[in-house]
Amino acid sequence: MATPLVEMKDISISFGGIKAVDHVSVDLYPGEVVGLLGHNGAGKSTLIKILSGAYKADAGEIRVNGEKVEIHNPREARDLNIETIYQTLALADNLDAASNLFLGRELITPMGLIDDAAMEAECRKIMGRLNPNFRKFAEPVSALSGGQRQSVAIARAVYFNAKILIMDEPTAALGPHETQMVSDLIQKLKAEGIGIFLIDHDVHAVMELCDRASVMKNGELVGTVNIDEVTDDDLLSMIILGKNPAAAA
Amino acid sequence: MADTTSPTAATVVTKSKFQELELDLRLLGMIGALVLLCIGFNLMTDGRFLTPRNIFNLSIQTVSVAIMACGMVFIIVTRHIDLSVGALLATCSAIMAMLQTQWLPQTLGLGLGNPMIWVIAIVLGLVAGTAIGAFQGWLVGYLTIPAFIVTLGGFLVWRNVAWYLTDGQTIGPLDANFLKLGGINGTLGTTWSWVLGAVAAAAAVWALVNARRAKVNYGFPTKPVWAEAVMATISVGAILGFIATLNAYTIPERRLERMFEARGEIMPEGLIVGYGVPISVLLLLAVALVLTVVARKTRFGRYIFATGGNPDAAELSGINTRWLTVKVFALMGFLCALSAVVASARLANHSNDIGTLDELRVIAAAVIGGTALAGGSGTIYGAILGALIMQALQSGMAMVGVDAPFQNIVVGSVLVLAVLLDIVYRKRVGVK
Ligand SMILES: Nc1ncnc2c1ncn2[C@@H]1O[C@H](COP(=O)(O)OP(=O)(O)OP(=O)(O)O)[C@@H](O)[C@H]1O
Ligand SMILES: [Mg+2]
Repeated sequence: MATPLVEMKDISISFGGIKAVDHVSVDLYPGEVVGLLGHNGAGKSTLIKILSGAYKADAGEIRVNGEKVEIHNPREARDLNIETIYQTLALADNLDAASNLFLGRELITPMGLIDDAAMEAECRKIMGRLNPNFRKFAEPVSALSGGQRQSVAIARAVYFNAKILIMDEPTAALGPHETQMVSDLIQKLKAEGIGIFLIDHDVHAVMELCDRASVMKNGELVGTVNIDEVTDDDLLSMIILGKNPAAAA
Repeated sequence: MADTTSPTAATVVTKSKFQELELDLRLLGMIGALVLLCIGFNLMTDGRFLTPRNIFNLSIQTVSVAIMACGMVFIIVTRHIDLSVGALLATCSAIMAMLQTQWLPQTLGLGLGNPMIWVIAIVLGLVAGTAIGAFQGWLVGYLTIPAFIVTLGGFLVWRNVAWYLTDGQTIGPLDANFLKLGGINGTLGTTWSWVLGAVAAAAAVWALVNARRAKVNYGFPTKPVWAEAVMATISVGAILGFIATLNAYTIPERRLERMFEARGEIMPEGLIVGYGVPISVLLLLAVALVLTVVARKTRFGRYIFATGGNPDAAELSGINTRWLTVKVFALMGFLCALSAVVASARLANHSNDIGTLDELRVIAAAVIGGTALAGGSGTIYGAILGALIMQALQSGMAMVGVDAPFQNIVVGSVLVLAVLLDIVYRKRVGVK
């Protein structure tokens, strides 16, 4: 079998006394979508934030393309072509869409100054593909609706040719049409060989989009299943009861 | 109505002529307040307020606070505060004064008037200010001590370091070349002031044309040409008007005579010489220009605003917010040292109470100029206008003869009122 894009092995992290992630192992192959499921506070966001460089794990190792890596901060994760759509979106509310899209990676003129016009042009291009109704390029993103803000966060993650994409509830604020567009986008990125971790509470969406799903409960991994081999109800019972259907069957 | 169709089909809302100018309403409000203030004081003083002489004095009195206010904008935008600027100014001023009058003459044998002495003093003063600022920034950014506490401590520390360095004595006279940076002792003269005005006017027009060209290139919506022309005319008019005013303030006859005597020449009969733009004002304009470019067009500036808007988002976008904090405080320290040059040169000596209460003036200037204490928004030109409004208020009241306690009561009330107006304005416009 091919080497996985990402292997997270035996990852643990605690905040004070709480074991937010407790010896969890997940992996991701090129062109694959792996769903991360679990109740609120199960530790999904914390797990992927370790991969995106926002947190440092207390224990465990991360491999990217088979090589052991240390990810100390978000910049290093980006350097490994890991892009993240955070649950909180992580947008600077006082800046406009283009500034947020390029935050930390601004386009620069030959004189070393920020090239706002070029950034806005690029932003208009990608938003045209992701959300053609998007018009608010001049306003700070605080003036945007929840869904429009989410579109900006999605644009930022896909613009920079990610190899590994982390999507933490990317469609939470989107309308049905926009949600469908994100689903199409995921299919397209998958076809391009990008690996995607998708956190989503909607079991139907996970069944439709994912190849495999890992379920967490109280910081621990309940199990990882192939989507072809389970039903919606199996997944639900894993989430709620914390039991692996393979063991139950 | 000749040309009201806008280039993009999306915006078919008809705008009034006034709206098409796309003026910054807050800027307009501040300029309006300043103009009203000036006209009011001018009426109350029978025309003594708006004389070239008084405008010249107002300008040089504003410089020191305005320079620091520019740095304070960045500090407040990143959700910090610096209460130590007045004290830091005092320490830098003390260091530079001691360097000129005692340390350099004693160690290197450079006497007062040696052409190198003011350069060395200023460079070391700027280095000291930057280092102290960076140190405070490190305490805030890396050791995560709140800026309020670090700079409250700094307020006591640096005020008394200055005292210790000088034994509380007034240090002077300072180097003659150094004094040229204070205001009245160093001006460009009328000819060079006009040259400066012409360059500045040309640059303003060029900037407008360039911005428009970039928009057209990318097919973004633009203002109608007449609106751009109005803006250009106003900018050029303001620049040249300011220069003309400063040039109209002429050197008093007796002073001019003495200047000729000092050079061993005799003053020609009926000679009139204008002061022109003070070097200190030029310094402020340079600071304002550079920092405006930094704020709008550099990564450093963009990260300052992003961090102020959402520190977590900035961090997650790979911005090193701790190092950014060090840099912002170091810049503040540098500007305090620069202000120390201007302030001590204007007074012709270092006095123990130099910069007292400046922290409040500087913060007030930034806040009156529209910098939000919640972070994430503020402008350099706003802070300078804020400093000007404060200085105009103070000088005007002194001229009118308002009692000292009432002067401070008014200034304090204006600060609170300005912030209230700003809050109302933000609610109206819907920006945060
Ligand atoms: N920065 C933090 N400090 C302290 N505790 C934290 C922190 N971040 C997360 N936690 C705790 O870790 C646990 C896991 O949180 P996490 O955000 O990973 O949950 P989640 O699975 O993403 O939940 P949701 O579906 O609600 O997004 C929770 O108990 C939470 O309270
Ligand atoms: Mg979460």
